[in-house]
Amino acid sequence: MNIKIKENAFEVRNLNLWYGKHKALEDITIDIVKNAITAIIGPSGCGKSTFLRCLNRMNDLIDGIRIEGKVYFEGKNIYDEGTDVVLLRKRVGMIFQQPNPFPMSIYDNVAFGPRLHGIRDRNRLDEIVKDSLEKASLWKEVKNKLNESALSLSGGQQQRLAIARVLAVEPEVILMDEPCSALDPASTQRIEDLMVELKANYTIVIVTHNMQQAARVSDFTAFLLAEENEPAKLIEYGETGQIFTNPKDIRTENYITGRFG
Amino acid sequence: MTKGNKSFEKAIKLFFSLAASATIVGLLLIIVYITKEGTLLFGKVNVFDFLFGKEWKPSSARFGALPLIVGSLVVTAGAVILSAPLSIFVAIFLTEIAPKKVANYIKTAIELLAGIPSVIYGFMGIMVLVPMVRQVFGGSGLGIITASLVLSIMILPTITSLAEGALSSVPDRYRYGALALGSTKWEMIYHVVLPAAKRGIISAIILGVGRAIGETMAVLMVVGNVAKIPESLNQPVATMTSIIALDISYASGLHKYALFSLGFVLLLLSMCFIAIVRGVYKGSYERV
Repeated sequence: MNIKIKENAFEVRNLNLWYGKHKALEDITIDIVKNAITAIIGPSGCGKSTFLRCLNRMNDLIDGIRIEGKVYFEGKNIYDEGTDVVLLRKRVGMIFQQPNPFPMSIYDNVAFGPRLHGIRDRNRLDEIVKDSLEKASLWKEVKNKLNESALSLSGGQQQRLAIARVLAVEPEVILMDEPCSALDPASTQRIEDLMVELKANYTIVIVTHNMQQAARVSDFTAFLLAEENEPAKLIEYGETGQIFTNPKDIRTENYITGRFG
Repeated sequence: MTKGNKSFEKAIKLFFSLAASATIVGLLLIIVYITKEGTLLFGKVNVFDFLFGKEWKPSSARFGALPLIVGSLVVTAGAVILSAPLSIFVAIFLTEIAPKKVANYIKTAIELLAGIPSVIYGFMGIMVLVPMVRQVFGGSGLGIITASLVLSIMILPTITSLAEGALSSVPDRYRYGALALGSTKWEMIYHVVLPAAKRGIISAIILGVGRAIGETMAVLMVVGNVAKIPESLNQPVATMTSIIALDISYASGLHKYALFSLGFVLLLLSMCFIAIVRGVYKGSYERV
């Protein structure tokens, strides 16, 4: 399979995760291919988002969580002691389900990350802000109101602003946790186009419950499923075309044909 | 009684409306009464002589309230300068840093602190703080420093719990957003959470000021009650509240009017604080 030939951004090995005593993920092993879009699909509550948050260690913030297994990012296990989590999150950006612009100006939102990482020069910041907004295809709409509150933007614009904000810190990977679930179809379309543009330079992992979306934009698809009272397992993983046209597992077929979930 | 009994429903509505209007009636009565009584003085004494007069000597009919106003303001300012930073640190600790269990213990402690009668604070002030202040700063120990210290502890629960409310109403998605961009926890607090809660925190401080300026008993016990404009922080002063409480039992005539005028000034000040808080909340970034 040509998955093997490509370079991997992440190599997840035997990942298990517990919330307290409840086991949520079991034995997940998967390679996330560099400069491609990988979609994680599965029914609600099957641990897709939980898995995604393992990749930038956002799960660390949740009390009582326990993780076993290894997640190699660029060859290094990010769960090793001594991993710089702050640096990891700079390299692995994240877009959330709800657009979450900070309550400050559009400019300050995009400049937030670069400032955090030590860029003070106004010209340099101007450049980064413009560049990031252009890449997120938001520049034309906001170039004359950079100093207005980001909260005045529409939902779709806010989500593209969130993408610009992530791009401004020059990540290598962008994790997207159902980025379009709060958006209207037109905004969704724009975000999807954007993803396809961005994959030339970034590795994208998107969690979605929208199978059409996964089929439209992704190169690879992973199907997670938590069967009754069981932790979620990776049922099937492969190129998106194969998963959607010729699934190997009957459960995958049932899911994508809409028989459950 | 059947479920659809309309007159019963109406009676209930009326009952609760009356209960609610009792608060308005109470407030109006106070405002009207204090305004009426508090302006009687100004028939005999010029308003400016009252507000800016430097001599408060009721026995010789001198009613210059400036020393008392200054006393109140200085003691309050001292209390807020001491208490506000501490309260905000505590609030940040409670919402952002402490594990839930620890936070709950501390919140309980703060609630208890708020429930202690002010006379107890005054008592502790006299017994513990006065000798300490006397030793460290000289003077009698009664005065601005001691009163500010006592007040700062008394307003700590007010500012802390309001600031804590403001911080915990900052949506988590801001925190996650900041952390996911590679903020450290402190950067997240400083650059995102605090700015987002700024208005609530300012309101908390202003309400703390209002609480401090109106506090009477504890202040009266430790402030010294000398109606003179102070020259240094270890001197005794008198505040508007302490003078009202001390003099009202025997005052008569103009003296009594002057006390009502002090009350009127206090009322105006506290209404100003409320107005400022309202203004601060209006047009908050959060509500765009």
